[in-house]
Amino acid sequence: MTPTFSELTVGQDIGSRSIDVTRTDLVKYAGASGDFNPIHWNEAFATSVGLPGVIAHGMFTMGSAVQLVTDWAGDPAAVVDFQTRFTKPVPVADTTGTPDAGAVIEVSGAIGALDAEAGTARVDLTVLSAGQKVLMKAQAVVRLA
Amino acid sequence: MTINPDLQGRSYPAAEVYDVGREKIREFARAVKATHPAHFDVEAAAALGHRDLVAPPTFAIIVAQRADAQLIEDPDSGIDFSRVVHADQRFIHHRPIVAGDRLVAELHVDGVRAMGGGAMITTRSEIFALTAGAGSVGDDPREAVAAATSSILVRGEGQ
Repeated sequence: MTPTFSELTVGQDIGSRSIDVTRTDLVKYAGASGDFNPIHWNEAFATSVGLPGVIAHGMFTMGSAVQLVTDWAGDPAAVVDFQTRFTKPVPVADTTGTPDAGAVIEVSGAIGALDAEAGTARVDLTVLSAGQKVLMKAQAVVRLA
Repeated sequence: MTINPDLQGRSYPAAEVYDVGREKIREFARAVKATHPAHFDVEAAAALGHRDLVAPPTFAIIVAQRADAQLIEDPDSGIDFSRVVHADQRFIHHRPIVAGDRLVAELHVDGVRAMGGGAMITTRSEIFALTAGAGSVGDDPREAVAAATSSILVRGEGQ
């Protein structure tokens, strides 16, 4: 069901999602995006530059978090503006060969603002990993009928 | 090596064309764990009024980061890629990116700010689709598709 602009209210919850992340996911994202920075796949390199270990691409976190909005809106093309600040890295443990996630990203969204003239709703996302906010000011503007 | 303050205001014209393919949209969608059928099924995309498969909202990062590479790899910029941290990102979509688009990006360096021993650099990629009949990268007509703005923090020594 596609949401109808006139039925939305500021503060309304649009749902939540939990995203499991593995080292394999980061390799897939590197290949798909062309971002081969070794901090996202090589432990020795990541620690040599002062990181706690391999971390997720900020763009992986941003790109996977917005799916909550896309699915709620009913059309990926409805997202006309999407922004975030990357505040904390998401370390991804090496769980290769086990069924376990190396990190979990928790995404929830609520209507932050409505613009009746433009027919748009701003969805504010809360994105956490290991209990910490990893994205700040994660806002997606959605055009609705 | 320090960041060249004269980078501010610099522009890099559209270089190579990025051809948006269906399989690349599907691959990118899977990589960000997107499941919406409009990324995978041409008929589902058409049912929503789209000409072809629709790219996920952050797909433009592929084109934007290729444009950014011109700056990062510019020997004159003083940027050490291994010390780069992505600080913020924004996409403004004038229209969705769909399979079959032929995209080009113009890169603008909007800000360079010293931070400690490093610098915060803000770039903006203006992304256009070449419209049918356009011969080469520099030719009009073209259609504005998206603007991707990003700030990167280049950490100084000891940061």
